[in-house]
Amino acid sequence: MNKLILAPLALYASIALAADPATPVETMMKTSFQANGIASLDRQIQDEVQRACSSAALPDAATMKALEEAEMKTIQWPADGDYYQGGDWREGQKIALSGRGLTWTDTADTVNGGGCYNCHGLDPANESYGTIGPALHGYAKLRGNSEEVLKYTWGKLWNAKAYNACSNMPRNGFGGILTEQQIRHVMAYLFDPASPVNK
Amino acid sequence: MRKKLMSVALGATIASTAPAPFAQELNFDEYRQMLADGNPAELFEMEGEELWTSARGPKNASLEQCDLGLGAGVVAGAAAQMPRYFEDTGRVQDLESRLMHCMETLQGIPSADIIKGRFGRDERAKMAAIVAYVSASSKGKPINVDLSHPKVREMYELGEQAFFFRAGVMDFSCASCHGEDGKRIRATSLPNITTAKGAAEGWGSWPAYRVSNSQFWTMQHRLWDCFRQQRTAEPVFGSDVTIALSTFMAGKGNGGEIVWPGVKR
Repeated sequence: MNKLILAPLALYASIALAADPATPVETMMKTSFQANGIASLDRQIQDEVQRACSSAALPDAATMKALEEAEMKTIQWPADGDYYQGGDWREGQKIALSGRGLTWTDTADTVNGGGCYNCHGLDPANESYGTIGPALHGYAKLRGNSEEVLKYTWGKLWNAKAYNACSNMPRNGFGGILTEQQIRHVMAYLFDPASPVNK
Repeated sequence: MRKKLMSVALGATIASTAPAPFAQELNFDEYRQMLADGNPAELFEMEGEELWTSARGPKNASLEQCDLGLGAGVVAGAAAQMPRYFEDTGRVQDLESRLMHCMETLQGIPSADIIKGRFGRDERAKMAAIVAYVSASSKGKPINVDLSHPKVREMYELGEQAFFFRAGVMDFSCASCHGEDGKRIRATSLPNITTAKGAAEGWGSWPAYRVSNSQFWTMQHRLWDCFRQQRTAEPVFGSDVTIALSTFMAGKGNGGEIVWPGVKR
């Protein structure tokens, strides 16, 4: 819960330090919007990653690298090295299917989903999946469950921008979208041999 | 007229019972064709035509003197050329913000009430019906927005920047979903609005009747719900960002065919 409050503040603080005057589009993206419920106006203020990734062209390689290094430092690694054993793939499946939470029609009590199926295929039996991200059918069956793969996947779920600064994927842990335990459930959905993802 | 009404009503009945089998559909085009001769949006068009010609509001006037850019009262083909710059307001306006202006100046209906209102309610619901009528009067025409006008060009460029502007708790921009060919969210196909073809597909098929909730959605409504799902703050009705994005989509799609009103899931 603390994280939910802290993450937007952190976003805001990094912006307040920026001395550059607002560009016309930055101004418009504030003045054309209003706060509604949990969707507050500070959502219209970009952090460094968002600003760098807001055009058709990617930033140069050095900028990408610097952004990724900074994002990597925000990743909170799992307590006791428990990547997925303490998670439940059934809970992970619910989180993967749910696209709920964080809109102005939700409340602070809404249990957020991960919206994974919006962009990724996971369970080969579920054909209703989006294609914005890569298909992840048979995730652990194909990749195994070495420390390296587990760590990468946890990090990617927590803050995808640490691996690709301009990834389309939300920063689930960093942004307070999912809790640590929710991420562990999603990890179980990806890694548990009993999960339908690996069938 | 009565016969038309009946066939439309029948279409609406089919539509209201049809969504369930289509919940998983990946084949919506076929369904759209089935509805092409009885698009339930026709009910909204008829209501909108009546609203256009009815004396309403504190000034008890109709909208028949409303200038949508082709002269007072000219409806045919007008929406195909919007957004456009209007001398009398000194602004680039889309159909909805222009209608809001006409409703205020001709009928005395305060714009503030519409801006503060909700989609599907009160004057905003009436405006949606008028949008159905006016936009359908451009059906089959090519999108034709005048990008040579400096004010329109300025809005287009702001709209393009807004399209790529990432914000909110999920870091999304419009481009996150509408920036590549052949992508889907779940089973729903997404037009690539960075191309002329995709922009025309997006701009040219809204406003539309939405089968999944039996509602008629204008482009303002469509954009509002896109931003909701992007997890931004709430865009103000008729605000600059909505006009800028509309100008970008319409301008990018110039020359593409208009199928207003569309039919959507």
